[in-house]
Amino acid sequence: MALLEITGLTYMTHGKEILSGLSFSIEASEVHALLGTNGTGKSTLAYLIMGCEGYRPTSGEIVFDGNVINDLKIHERARLGITMAWQEPVRFEGISVKDYITIKNKDADPAYYLEMVGLHPELYLLRMVDKSLSGGERKRIELASILALNPKLAILDEPDSGIDMLSTQDIINVINAFKKNGSAVLLITHREEIALIADKASQICRGKIVCAGSPREVAEYYKARKCLVCDGEVCAYV
Amino acid sequence: MSELDDLMKAYGEAGGDKAVLENTEIAHLVASGRKLLSMKNVKGLEVDARETLTGISVKVTIKEGVKIKNPVHLCFGILHNKGTQKIKMDVKLEKNASAYFIAHCIFPKAEKVKHIMDAVAEVGENAEMRYSETHYHGLYGGIEVIPKAVVKVGKNGRYFTDFNLITGRVGSLAIDYEVEAGENAVTELTARVFGHANDEIKIKEKVVLTGENSRGLIKTRVALEDEAKAEVTGITEGSAAGARGHVDCVEIVKDNAVASAIPVVKVTNPLAKVTHEAAIGSVDKRQLETLMAHGLTFEEAVDIIVKGILK
Repeated sequence: MALLEITGLTYMTHGKEILSGLSFSIEASEVHALLGTNGTGKSTLAYLIMGCEGYRPTSGEIVFDGNVINDLKIHERARLGITMAWQEPVRFEGISVKDYITIKNKDADPAYYLEMVGLHPELYLLRMVDKSLSGGERKRIELASILALNPKLAILDEPDSGIDMLSTQDIINVINAFKKNGSAVLLITHREEIALIADKASQICRGKIVCAGSPREVAEYYKARKCLVCDGEVCAYV
Repeated sequence: MSELDDLMKAYGEAGGDKAVLENTEIAHLVASGRKLLSMKNVKGLEVDARETLTGISVKVTIKEGVKIKNPVHLCFGILHNKGTQKIKMDVKLEKNASAYFIAHCIFPKAEKVKHIMDAVAEVGENAEMRYSETHYHGLYGGIEVIPKAVVKVGKNGRYFTDFNLITGRVGSLAIDYEVEAGENAVTELTARVFGHANDEIKIKEKVVLTGENSRGLIKTRVALEDEAKAEVTGITEGSAAGARGHVDCVEIVKDNAVASAIPVVKVTNPLAKVTHEAAIGSVDKRQLETLMAHGLTFEEAVDIIVKGILK
């Protein structure tokens, strides 16, 4: 049985169908890249898996580690082993990097996890997770904090996007750190070169998986910017 | 047990370090109600403290060039459930002097208590004064706290103040601080308050940047729950070239609490700049979701966010 098994997932909001009967699975310890251009439903899928407020399936089922999680709250899903790094991590006043990384796993060594994301512990442990950090630093600290949770599934929502995006090498290093932990990763991206570091890949367009298979196959299909669902109308826009 | 022991016991229970009173290298002054209970001086620090009809009058002078190495500890309080304590403080740091004052105000059983602080401070040229005041109140809410300060910071001087009232009920609080900053002077006023039940909080802080290239920051963090109310007024005026001021207010509101922020910014010199930001509302949804994705419950996440802004 797959670690995450999504079947016939539809999500509608304000009369608009964002995901349309999407089916998708991730095995334990698998790094799965989800490719798609802007507005195709990548982040929506992530929020539905994580259980964010306002994101409940209109129909379909999300099964994680043998449990139907459609109605579980975020923290209940987190306690089953799902966690997520948002595209633009929020800041927290008055919480040190050290405390943030160990916020749920008090036994974790924050220095070890900072090193895993390429930050020097002595420079960061006592800093605050607030607006004094750059976007790139904050992204790395978020990744360190979810590594420290030893999740079964980590959802990384476009770590390669935004003003302070992480480099391909940074992302490879983080993925390797998750692999070392035995975590599965759902790597959301709109860059095909990032997808190549995964074990498997899928392309999403107009709320449907339009191509799935090896990262190279999916990247080639994606690069053509002309999927069968939109005939290039959506895919051409990055 | 003596009154001093009682006060120190309450101080210790509130998280204070009682050992500072026994350390001969650390100056302190302890007063309960209108009684001066203990005082220790260190070299370079001149303190004239007297009991008055309503409280304590303290005059502190730090002579030119004297830098007080360890923080000066001040402990004020009323251990009974009723009473009034008026503290009159007059602090003067002469040229190139520096000192750090840590004040603890302890009112563990207050049912009808009034604590008034009326302070005047003068921070001389190149001098630096830091003043941190932390209140420990009980659970009854019958306390009225009225801290007032007028501070003048001289050329290249630095003045930092930090007011904390996050333990126990606030009762009624009315802060009124005003700081005037001279040429190249820097001042930062920070207040953190957590209101519960029917607590009423009024914070008025004013920075007047009269000197060229002076800097001022007013930072206020308030969390409210139940029926508590808060009104935060941050005033910054820039009247000299190169003056820079900022007012930064965050208020988190839960339950039926009511918060308001009134930033007042005024510039009378085209080369001065004053900015403000205020955020009032419930706990940020994205912050909550991020912490919950780490496995914290909604309540645990709210608690961490509120404690964070008050830290």
